[in-house]
Amino acid sequence: MNTTSQEIDQKQAVTALRRKDLLGIAELSAQEIELVLDTAEAMKEVGTRPIKKVPALRGKTVINLFYEPSTRTRTSFEIAEKRLSADTLNIAIGTSSVVKGETLADTALNLEAMSPDMIVLRHASSGACHFLSRVCRSAIINAGDGMHEHPTQALLDAFTIRERKKRLAGLKIAIIGDLLHSRVLRSNIHLLTKLGANVWVCGPPTLIPTDIRRFGVTPTSVVDDAVRDADVIMLLRIQLERMEGAYFPSLREYFRVFGMTESRMLLARPDVMIMHPGPMNRGVEIASEVADGPYSVILDQVANGVAVRMAVLYLLAGGAEHEEAA
Amino acid sequence: MPVVMDADRIGRTLTRIAHEIVERNKGTDDLALVGVRTRGVPIARRIARTLREITGHEVPTGSLDITLYRDDLMRHAVGPQPLVRRTDIQFSIDDRKILLVDDVLYTGRTTRAALDALIDYGRPKAIQLIVLVDRGHRELPIKADYVGKNLPTAPEESVQVRLIEIDGEDEVVLETGGGA
Repeated sequence: MNTTSQEIDQKQAVTALRRKDLLGIAELSAQEIELVLDTAEAMKEVGTRPIKKVPALRGKTVINLFYEPSTRTRTSFEIAEKRLSADTLNIAIGTSSVVKGETLADTALNLEAMSPDMIVLRHASSGACHFLSRVCRSAIINAGDGMHEHPTQALLDAFTIRERKKRLAGLKIAIIGDLLHSRVLRSNIHLLTKLGANVWVCGPPTLIPTDIRRFGVTPTSVVDDAVRDADVIMLLRIQLERMEGAYFPSLREYFRVFGMTESRMLLARPDVMIMHPGPMNRGVEIASEVADGPYSVILDQVANGVAVRMAVLYLLAGGAEHEEAA
Repeated sequence: MPVVMDADRIGRTLTRIAHEIVERNKGTDDLALVGVRTRGVPIARRIARTLREITGHEVPTGSLDITLYRDDLMRHAVGPQPLVRRTDIQFSIDDRKILLVDDVLYTGRTTRAALDALIDYGRPKAIQLIVLVDRGHRELPIKADYVGKNLPTAPEESVQVRLIEIDGEDEVVLETGGGA
């Protein structure tokens, strides 16, 4: 910047993500979360331009390392990286040396030998990103680790809510579904409670973690209680692939008791938002009329995902050891 | 901390620049103002207001955030990223003459970034540069078309533009040593 007055102005305005990695929402302060959301607003505008590209991350290399299937998150990260002019490459595990038995650490260290700047990791094991962050010099961004956290999903959910409701504090947010296996839930609980929302969580008793109250949320198995006067209803996917036991009798029964239908939705506030992180099981956690209805912001969530991930990539690209006024 | 421009002087200078714009462009047809954030934006709005008073025509006005185009973005391995703000240009810049507005012209690097950013929005017929203060010390071959005040400075000095919309008062101050 060539004007010193602007330079000073920016120094006062900056708060930074004072970290090398984005591993979870648990570690972030409310101010850091707000910084990501504010930055995402500017990033969203980039997506509306005729030329949807800015040179901010020119010359940076980002590796998308996905050990689990993903359409939305991987595509979203890749578009975000490309819009910031980073060089990106995707490693799909089916075609990599992992099938020959290479460990996560070895794969990561070999990738690091080629000097990437950031690694976006999705892995089926909780804590895989924390592990990599200790092994790697590159910035690690958690794109979902096991049943632990999915921070960029929670950030894009918060961004979508804030965009409509202009605030998060004081809103009643009902999160309904598989509470036990959901990393989206864990990240969202951390984020929404930090920003002052009133969070209700609802699911079959077998799918409610026993110590969930400790996170400052209200658990219930009575879906009407959760939905009543809610500003936001967030449905979580019934994760058939993570169900090793019989948590409830049948998918049909789940839909009858917990599924979000139009009649059930009437209990919520008239301007309720219906959210789902995807992929949806239509007719299990959500009725098609609701998913495709006027209150659904499910596709807005996907659109906002790109802006939020651009913000995270940009803020982390500044490097580690951030200080207030460098 | 000498005040080099007071509120009256800033007001008269912007009025003079508005007249120069009308004279040089023979009216305000096809013109649009784009202020560079932060302080270029209120200056652009004030010029738009004066242009309306002079000609009776509304000149579309937008704001440009150049953070993502800075050439020093990744130069500092240690240090927070500058805050990104929204660019807001609600009109097509294609085939218009764009009046780019900034508060201080110094090295020319902000202007270089602004030109790159602007061109990502389309193909303007021409871009003209308006600055309230030109303090010299260019590092790039960039020149302003309309200058409020040429202010010879030493590199260690710093020029502070304060505007009512942001800072609660109108003045330009030359600070010696230290500063930024």
